[in-house]
Amino acid sequence: MKEDFEKRRKERLDRGIKVRSDGLYALMSWRELCYLVLPRLVLIVGMLILPLVMPSMYWQRVISNVCIYALLALSFDFLAHFVGLVSLGGAFFIGIGGYIAAILNTSFGLPPLLTIPLATIIGASFCTLLLLPCLPLRGVYFAIITLMYPLLLARVIEALDILGGTDGILGVESFLNRWMEQYVIIMMVLLFLFGVRRLVIKDIGLVFRAVKDNDQAVRASGISITYYKTIAVFIASAMGCLGGAYMVHLYMWAGLSMFALDFSILPIAATVIGGSGTLVGPVLGAFILVPISELLRAFGTLRIVFYALILLAFIIFRSEGILVYSQRKYQQFEKWVKV
Amino acid sequence: MSTPILQVNQVTKTFGGIFALDEVSFDLQEGDILGVIGPNGSGKTTLVNCITGFVGLTSGEVLFRDKIISGKPAHKIADMGITRTFQVMRPYYSLAAYKNLVIPLFSPRAKRTGGWRGGGKLGDRNTVSIDILEELGFERESFVPYKMASSLPTGYLKRLELARCLALKPEIIICDEVFSGLSASEIASMVPLIERLQMEGITLIMIEHRLRELFRVSNRVLVLNFGEKLREGLPDEVMADEKVKEAYFGSEEVVDYD
Repeated sequence: MKEDFEKRRKERLDRGIKVRSDGLYALMSWRELCYLVLPRLVLIVGMLILPLVMPSMYWQRVISNVCIYALLALSFDFLAHFVGLVSLGGAFFIGIGGYIAAILNTSFGLPPLLTIPLATIIGASFCTLLLLPCLPLRGVYFAIITLMYPLLLARVIEALDILGGTDGILGVESFLNRWMEQYVIIMMVLLFLFGVRRLVIKDIGLVFRAVKDNDQAVRASGISITYYKTIAVFIASAMGCLGGAYMVHLYMWAGLSMFALDFSILPIAATVIGGSGTLVGPVLGAFILVPISELLRAFGTLRIVFYALILLAFIIFRSEGILVYSQRKYQQFEKWVKV
Repeated sequence: MSTPILQVNQVTKTFGGIFALDEVSFDLQEGDILGVIGPNGSGKTTLVNCITGFVGLTSGEVLFRDKIISGKPAHKIADMGITRTFQVMRPYYSLAAYKNLVIPLFSPRAKRTGGWRGGGKLGDRNTVSIDILEELGFERESFVPYKMASSLPTGYLKRLELARCLALKPEIIICDEVFSGLSASEIASMVPLIERLQMEGITLIMIEHRLRELFRVSNRVLVLNFGEKLREGLPDEVMADEKVKEAYFGSEEVVDYD
């Protein structure tokens, strides 16, 4: 048996899918077309039928949570990998978006379908404005400032007893039915996922990457780096604020826990597990991590230990991320050949 | 004499207590090539940084076509048409060579001017960038323009730096040591390019250690020493100057500084 094994070796051939999927070439054969379309189709169809196959209300709730974290992870990956800004501001974006949606709903009586887009835009503008001072700088400043704001805002709300203080804003309107509740966020995740993927291969996406690569050269090219960083931060914080606004209507409540650190940390873990720089990877990572963390609920406080172990294992054994790994395997033929 | 395109008046830059530039003044005429030389640490690169807005001035002013530009941010100055190359090359290593040029072509100035050869209207950025690269010696039919910048040799990277400036259709290019690190033959092919840029009406400031090539292409030479202007004049005058020889060459004989 052992000798038999030694006489064979693994042959590996690249499919060269990148070359053949450029432009019109992809349309030339059904097989190539399928190779390209299949993974995307699996993702889209899979996400669309998820609410239908979930056994209970509880798991449908989990799907909603997954989608919120997926948006945050997408926003983190976009900023970190394509613009070079490491954002720890998930909680900041969620909190701002959430509180704005709650105020719009309870004080002005706007329905969820209006408060969510409004909170997204107003919240993103507000976040961008607050982050503007650290945008011309390079280095850790952005990360630290984004981490600081949610802590600060939570303490301000608590100390001044504004916006409901520690009780939060109660009585926020919920969605009309649970199908709408599910599909609103799923559609948004898909929309932002494919939108951001399209954005980063456009010329403006190249400018973002150039800002990350080499900001001095961008300045020497007559382009304001602050301007493009502002645009990128607006897009990223819009995703977070959308998640926050949605969450407020999901739980019918906006409170201090929306500024919790979980919203900042878990998206980063999801990005590491999914594969950073792939945009789909972080979404996938959220789909793995959030349900795992729900399943581990049975272990009580030990949950965090298991959670950390899983993360550690990923970082040691598959630091490239699931998606990068599976992409590579997808684009290779592997077979055993006799030597 | 017509009004100079660029006036540098009493520019001083201090880092802590050290004078990197001490009241340096000079005028640059349109269409000239000004060579800037000086021993290491004499403030040449600081001068470039001050003119292009990458560092602020301590005192003094820089005028471009009689308008004060000192104090403006770097991208605004580049937008006016004063571009620079970097001594340590700064390509976007993760992008293909022609994609490197898409970024300057995305700038407001390139949109206005249409790039180096553009007549006010910018075509498809990828096409324009390959056109520009071809004129700088990246053969269109070869794979060189499509290679990652990280895998290009130094000679091409230096050209890419120039190409980034040209994509903005600049009026002034400030070259911070474009010849350094190049082989003799690479320099030999670079010199006609510089001369061609001058013939097209682009004003150049060239900072160099390669004196022989610099004296060949430049009309005027400025010598810096410890942040002070030592001498300015025609290349022959500067070469003959005793003070320059003493400060720069350290000996009486002007030898090849290769």
